[in-house]
Amino acid sequence: MTTRTTEIWVGIFVAAGLASLFMLAMKVSNLSAFSGDEGYTIYARFEDASGLKVRSPVTMGGVRIGRVTDIRFDPQQLVAMVTMRIEKQYDTLPVDSSASIYTAGLLGEKYIGLEPGAGGGCEDADLEAELEAELGGGGPADAGAGEDAGDCQSGYLKEGSVIKLTQDSLVLEKLIGQFVSQFLTSKEEGGGDAAPQGGAQ
Amino acid sequence: MILATLQHLGQRGMQVFERLGRASILLSRILGGIHTLVPRFSLFIHQIHSVGVLSLVIIVVSGVFVGMVLGLQGYNTLVDFGAEESLGVVVSLSLVRELGPVVSALLFAGRAGSALTAEIGLMKATEQLSAMEMMAVDPVHRVLAPRFFAGLFSMPLLAAIFSAVGVLGGFFVGVGLLGVDDGAYWSQMQAKVDFYDDIMNGVIKSIAFGWVVTWIAVFEGYDAVPTSEGVSRATTRTVVYSSLAVLGLDFILTALMFGD
Repeated sequence: MTTRTTEIWVGIFVAAGLASLFMLAMKVSNLSAFSGDEGYTIYARFEDASGLKVRSPVTMGGVRIGRVTDIRFDPQQLVAMVTMRIEKQYDTLPVDSSASIYTAGLLGEKYIGLEPGAGGGCEDADLEAELEAELGGGGPADAGAGEDAGDCQSGYLKEGSVIKLTQDSLVLEKLIGQFVSQFLTSKEEGGGDAAPQGGAQ
Repeated sequence: MILATLQHLGQRGMQVFERLGRASILLSRILGGIHTLVPRFSLFIHQIHSVGVLSLVIIVVSGVFVGMVLGLQGYNTLVDFGAEESLGVVVSLSLVRELGPVVSALLFAGRAGSALTAEIGLMKATEQLSAMEMMAVDPVHRVLAPRFFAGLFSMPLLAAIFSAVGVLGGFFVGVGLLGVDDGAYWSQMQAKVDFYDDIMNGVIKSIAFGWVVTWIAVFEGYDAVPTSEGVSRATTRTVVYSSLAVLGLDFILTALMFGD
């Protein structure tokens, strides 16, 4: 075989290898969907973040808008501190959005669902502040209102924002435990006569 | 009797260390000869052709079939749980993380490694290597280095081709024959497979395997007893040792990469 054909074949081989790598990167992995640093970081505190993992999806309205990048224990408040990276194009999430940990399917993986708050927009925050001022809440409430109005410069979640309203993940054992204890107490109350009988037998 | 057995065992043990030492010295000489690759670049290209391009057919064909089998088996298991949408994840993760690098390295050892050993061993048996030394050409730089680096360069490309073709084979069976949803196959895959954690680790694995397989092949050829029987034994050893090394190394690398 001449050198030229060999070289052409090697060229085809290298091109095929690189094309495969490119296909793996773009078509198979998440590189195309979510490229690294483009985005902003928000935080949320959960009392129970069990089952949640780094790289779990963060969704709003069922659409993935980001990923969990870090989960650590906050030793001051004794809760789990979850760091999320939201993609850059979703920069209009209201500040009063709430975060909940859900399970995909019955046994599926855990993910964070964000829900937009009732107001969130600038006018609403202003309105709220006005309302609170009219109602004449106590000193601390006034301070809170002022803070809200300050936040209102951008009524959206931004780099470093903390989501205040959170709902923990449902742990199956806890649920079952609750159910069982409720069941037992109701049985004791309802079957007050039956229990001694059972004891007598 | 016992003394003779002990003596024999000791001798064998010393031989193992001796061979390991010779192999390491040879590796350092090859790595030291990397600068000689530039003036002999066409040799390197020729070796990529014989090591990589000629392995392409077996890699592509087995990649397609491995992907198709994964599609079938994965579907049969997942459909019981109503989770056949996850077929893409099953196929792509098993290919990218494990089967792509490992199976292509095993095929590479059988197809290219044995050929390398036989070629170099025959060169030694016919005293071509000694002739080169007589002409003040270092056979390690002239013969071994291009082959070693060609193997090192080809292996990750072959593994990537194997994985990509396998994913397409799984797609063909899963979506084409068994009726898994087209969009779910790709979107679930993209949601679960991470570029750095999964694909780059697979590439790192295949580079390590290429390193080990070509090192063993080149050393066994260079170290072969220069007779026809010696060359045949060296070729067998190449396939056996490099397959075992690939599987053992795979366990270590997997434990390091995905262990946590």
